[in-house]
Amino acid sequence: MKLTSRTLWPALLLAASPLFASAQTLRVGLAEDPDVLDPTLARTFVGRVVFSALCDKLFDVDEKLAIVPQLATAYEWSADNKVLTLKLRPGVTFQDGEKFDAAAVKFNIERHKTMQGSNRRGELAPVTGVEVVDPMTVKLNLSAPFSPLLAQLADRAGMMVSPKAAQAAGDKFGTHPVCSGPFKFAERVAQDRIVLERYPQYWNNAAIHFDKIIYTPIPDATVRLANLRSGQLDFIERVAPSDMAKIKSEKKFKTAQITEIGYQGLTLNVGKSDKAKETPLGRDPRVREALELSLDRQGLVQVVMDGEATPGNQWVAPSNSYYARNMPIPKRDVAKAKALLKEAGVPNPSFTLLAATTADAQRLALVVQAMAREAGFDVKIQTTEFATSLNMADKGDFEAYILAWSGRADPDGNLYSFDACKQPLNYAGYCDADTDKLLKQSRELREPAERKKVYEQVAARVLKERPIIYLYHRNWLWAFNPKLTGVRNIPDGLLRVTGLKMGS
Amino acid sequence: MLEYLARRIATVVPTLVLVSMLIFALQQLLPGDPAKILAGEEQDPTVIAYLHQKLHLDEPLPVRYAYWVGGVLRGDLGESVRNQQPVRELVLQKLPVTLELGLMAFAIALVIGVPAGVVAAVGRGTAWDHLANLFALWGLSTPNFWLGIMLILLFSVQLGWLPASGYVSPFDDLGANLAAMIMPAFVLGNAIAAVLMRHTRSAMLQVLAADYVRTARAKGLSERTVVIKHALRNALTPVITLGALELGTLLSGAVLTEQVFTIPGFGKLIIDAVFNRDYSVVQGVVLVTATVYILLNLLADLAYFAVNPRLR
Repeated sequence: MKLTSRTLWPALLLAASPLFASAQTLRVGLAEDPDVLDPTLARTFVGRVVFSALCDKLFDVDEKLAIVPQLATAYEWSADNKVLTLKLRPGVTFQDGEKFDAAAVKFNIERHKTMQGSNRRGELAPVTGVEVVDPMTVKLNLSAPFSPLLAQLADRAGMMVSPKAAQAAGDKFGTHPVCSGPFKFAERVAQDRIVLERYPQYWNNAAIHFDKIIYTPIPDATVRLANLRSGQLDFIERVAPSDMAKIKSEKKFKTAQITEIGYQGLTLNVGKSDKAKETPLGRDPRVREALELSLDRQGLVQVVMDGEATPGNQWVAPSNSYYARNMPIPKRDVAKAKALLKEAGVPNPSFTLLAATTADAQRLALVVQAMAREAGFDVKIQTTEFATSLNMADKGDFEAYILAWSGRADPDGNLYSFDACKQPLNYAGYCDADTDKLLKQSRELREPAERKKVYEQVAARVLKERPIIYLYHRNWLWAFNPKLTGVRNIPDGLLRVTGLKMGS
Repeated sequence: MLEYLARRIATVVPTLVLVSMLIFALQQLLPGDPAKILAGEEQDPTVIAYLHQKLHLDEPLPVRYAYWVGGVLRGDLGESVRNQQPVRELVLQKLPVTLELGLMAFAIALVIGVPAGVVAAVGRGTAWDHLANLFALWGLSTPNFWLGIMLILLFSVQLGWLPASGYVSPFDDLGANLAAMIMPAFVLGNAIAAVLMRHTRSAMLQVLAADYVRTARAKGLSERTVVIKHALRNALTPVITLGALELGTLLSGAVLTEQVFTIPGFGKLIIDAVFNRDYSVVQGVVLVTATVYILLNLLADLAYFAVNPRLR
């Protein structure tokens, strides 16, 4: 072939672009730049995506959110549910060659609990001490039974870092993390890339089929997709719902749609501040019920999320084993909503709906406004940037607030901090002694069937008071190279790299 | 001239002090508690309290300003609370990227804008003039982010010639660097080219009507010499001023352009930092940007001397 400038130019550019990077590199497009890569200090969802390749945890969750072994191979609760004994996986080393053992677990749990600025303290609050029984056995002592603990240990609170590296780096550990996952930290250029390299001594090395992973944060969903289309990326998370139908119809990429463990909802100020008493919405449960009845969740999902969500009315999705069947999704009933408003003596209540500037929140606000209007509500939308809205919510300077939660594997993580009295995420200001008792009880029970019964009672109370009107559970939307196999659809939305393989 | 220079440079220092105060004060107007946004999803009250103490958020404003300026004077711009990297490191990492983008964009603007302006002025009323005006109108009215996405769709997705986004250092791979930068530089340069074209055109029209140009023509000089040597040189003075002013556009335009093309420069750094309330990063970046802007303006002033002998 004659190399004319017309053929040479693109050829040169192609050769120069990372398009021809080694097939053993996995290139992942993230929707945001992760925060600090220290499991103790980390606070973002997107950081957990990177951690899932970098840091192994004591446990993991599977597709059905069941707890499965990772660094701990077995566990046992004491009869009074106040001691959790863990058997550790032998032959595991950290990425600096240090041995993983019971002393390392003790160090890590204590680090989570005592380090300044730790975000894990709350998750491990009931843990009062860690005892090394033998090098491969460790006991966690609890102040009170706490069944969500296993799920906590299947997330960042269960991530184990190298004690030696952590002690040496102090609070700067996050700039060069050393864990025991399949990939070790190589390089980070803020907002550009996080590069991980394979750790050859990984305990499950046979299941690892990449030499390198490059995470690239690309906030714009259109540009993220363009990078996948142009072959610069192999995998992108959080595809825009509006792009999903087209990607699927083209059949050029594989896709995954996974119902999240979190939810999208309307948080209503029912007692956070005096504002709650000033408005019919905050004062009168009938008005809140009318608002819920005015909303058509299926319609919301179609219009706001292009169908890429599952309607729901609880803190867990209807498919979750903890979903309280005694409180099904109420059907839209405008006539009943109007009747309730009339009964409450406010046929045309008005309220301000606080929404962050994100596209999703904006669309949701508009559709809620339109639907609620039919029942007689006059909804004013107040748009502010997220940090501001959070501040307003915390001060109780709102009537209704569109707020999503990324979710935790155990239902307690979606519920306790939002509905127990005076908890940090209880923006609604809901406080009910009986609900508190039930929530505490749910933490003390170990058997899922028993916990479920308690959650049904919680649902019966909370869903009638409506501090939060749960609307739907979004889908995690992924698109990836069709040659990529072994992608596991785990509802926490984190890409697992174990078993991932690029076919030829 | 030396006196002028000294006076000009002397104004730089108080300007910078004022700028630093302004940056600090303006940032305090950002609503919301930075500790809350930095505390992430969990909103653990002990974490929020710890961040308050770490960032001196409970101290009075002047004390916090003193903490910051004290650090700056020692060369310590602080540390990003979000990812723990020192701000100085972030700045050193990102500044060359944005400078490269800005320089390339400005070069593109100059190469397109000035000749287009000259051609339009010389051929006033002709098809060339209309064409150049049309281009200027297009350049001024096309939003950066839209043009960026359109170019990505064409050159990256459809044709597959250029990478859709990202950045490669020119020291690692010059070809890949140029491939990654050409689209964003064009997007950014495009709007400035339009402004430069309009100004070059009007300045040239004014100069071309001047007596000395008529004299030059009467002397029998070639049209080329008249236009380039006599007219353009004089017409360039206002264009340089404008160019220096447009540097501001360049820096602010870089914010959007970098966002679209995911170029890890100053723009992306600052946007992320503002939304994450990463105060030390915002302050550091804005301070450096302001300093660069002030210095470039100083350079522009010096450039007057080069083109206009009367000022010497």
